[in-house]
Amino acid sequence: MPRVVFVRELGFLQDEILALGSMVSQALGESVIALGERNAAKAQELIQRDQEVNRKRYAIEGDCLRLMATQQPMAGDLRLLASVLEITTELERIGDYAKGIGRIILLVGPEPLMKPLVDIPLMCEQVLKMLDRALDAFIHQDADAARAIAAEDDLVDDLYNKIYRDIIGFLVEKPQLFDRANYLLWAAHNLERAGDRTVNICERVLFNVTGQMTELDVT
Amino acid sequence: MTITLERPMVRRKESPAPQANGGQYAIETNGLNIYYGAFHAVRNVEMKVARRKITAMIGPSGCGKSTVLRCFNRMNDLIPSARIEGEVLFQGENIYADYVDSVEVRRRIGMVFQKANPFPKSIYDNVAWGARINGFKGNVDNMVERSLRGAALWDEVKDKLQQSALGLSGGQQQRLCIARAIAVEPEIILMDEPASALDPIATLRIEDLMQELAKDYTIIVVTHNMQQAARVSDFTAFFSVDEQRTGHMVEFGPTDQIFTNPSDQRTEDYITGRFG
Repeated sequence: MPRVVFVRELGFLQDEILALGSMVSQALGESVIALGERNAAKAQELIQRDQEVNRKRYAIEGDCLRLMATQQPMAGDLRLLASVLEITTELERIGDYAKGIGRIILLVGPEPLMKPLVDIPLMCEQVLKMLDRALDAFIHQDADAARAIAAEDDLVDDLYNKIYRDIIGFLVEKPQLFDRANYLLWAAHNLERAGDRTVNICERVLFNVTGQMTELDVT
Repeated sequence: MTITLERPMVRRKESPAPQANGGQYAIETNGLNIYYGAFHAVRNVEMKVARRKITAMIGPSGCGKSTVLRCFNRMNDLIPSARIEGEVLFQGENIYADYVDSVEVRRRIGMVFQKANPFPKSIYDNVAWGARINGFKGNVDNMVERSLRGAALWDEVKDKLQQSALGLSGGQQQRLCIARAIAVEPEIILMDEPASALDPIATLRIEDLMQELAKDYTIIVVTHNMQQAARVSDFTAFFSVDEQRTGHMVEFGPTDQIFTNPSDQRTEDYITGRFG
């Protein structure tokens, strides 16, 4: 195969995206578990670990720019590198949401939550399912899967709206719990945004495969 | 393929003993100045070429990059008015020292030129010839096959080894010249615009081959094609000319750095097309 070294480097970059995706996916899942347990030590660890995510993001960006500068990528290769630049940013932001939930855990403290966590873990599970499949679609250049995954973001939004309504209803009864209600709403909002970022990743998969800039989150 | 890097230079009897340390670099220049008669062609080149890496030399026409390349195996000796000052160290030894045999230098530091120049002989003889006149004692058939495989040409020519080399395409002829160069087991291969006469696909094949060869050899390539230098090399030297038309090296560093964040504004201007 011609351009053996370049092709190998592109493959390496895709592997790095998978590795970054795995890091943030793991962090987001752990953050919601730690929230349920009010685990301050885990929260501190998540906040620290976000620095590794940031370092990997910069390394991937550096590799992308180096390949753009030295390898003159064209057509599909160029779209792939442009997509990697965007996807790495989206993943880094999802990492920030995990770190954000870590900070919320520290604010909540050891006191019991205002209500047991039910819908937030469901939201997290749905986002992680979408994220893992979006990265799979990226590696396999699967445009149909990217469209289908993006459509599932409605489930995340529905759960968020339900949580919002529940919390507002709770506050009407117990307005003195405003701060603690607000923390839970932030955590849910972080997950909702992680879902939106995953949709953005799907848009980049579509661009990579078809060359079309398509907005998938139009609701 | 096994290449012995630490062979001492062939010397005349009165030469000093070889250095214990063969030099950290494949080629190292100290205060290299090159003149054609009274014309100061290149000034003060200080360059350290890493072993088993690809080093590219780029720059505008007349900047002296080919002149410097030809100094690395004393090809400039063949130009009567050419002379040099300073040192060119190969494995720690100055190849311009009185005791050094220039023919041996050219055997150890091979060269591939811009235009493929096969001999008007068979494909087989093109590869076998250089090794034979250098007193090769082993199995010539094996050596020819090994060299042609090393140049990624074997599969295309194995059934027509006795046919004329002139019947090959331009890209194949250039790879034959590379096979001929590696047949004598050099340590360094100098390439002067090796792909500039080839179409884009043949060019990419030569570039892939260079990267394969760099596992065993040090490669120094002069190219007008800046993108080629970016694609293929590990290190890049940028040369320019001053108002007296004397060439000089502006910047030398890892290729990634030269093409993403050069240190010198003149390099930035050249690689972004603002100059030259």
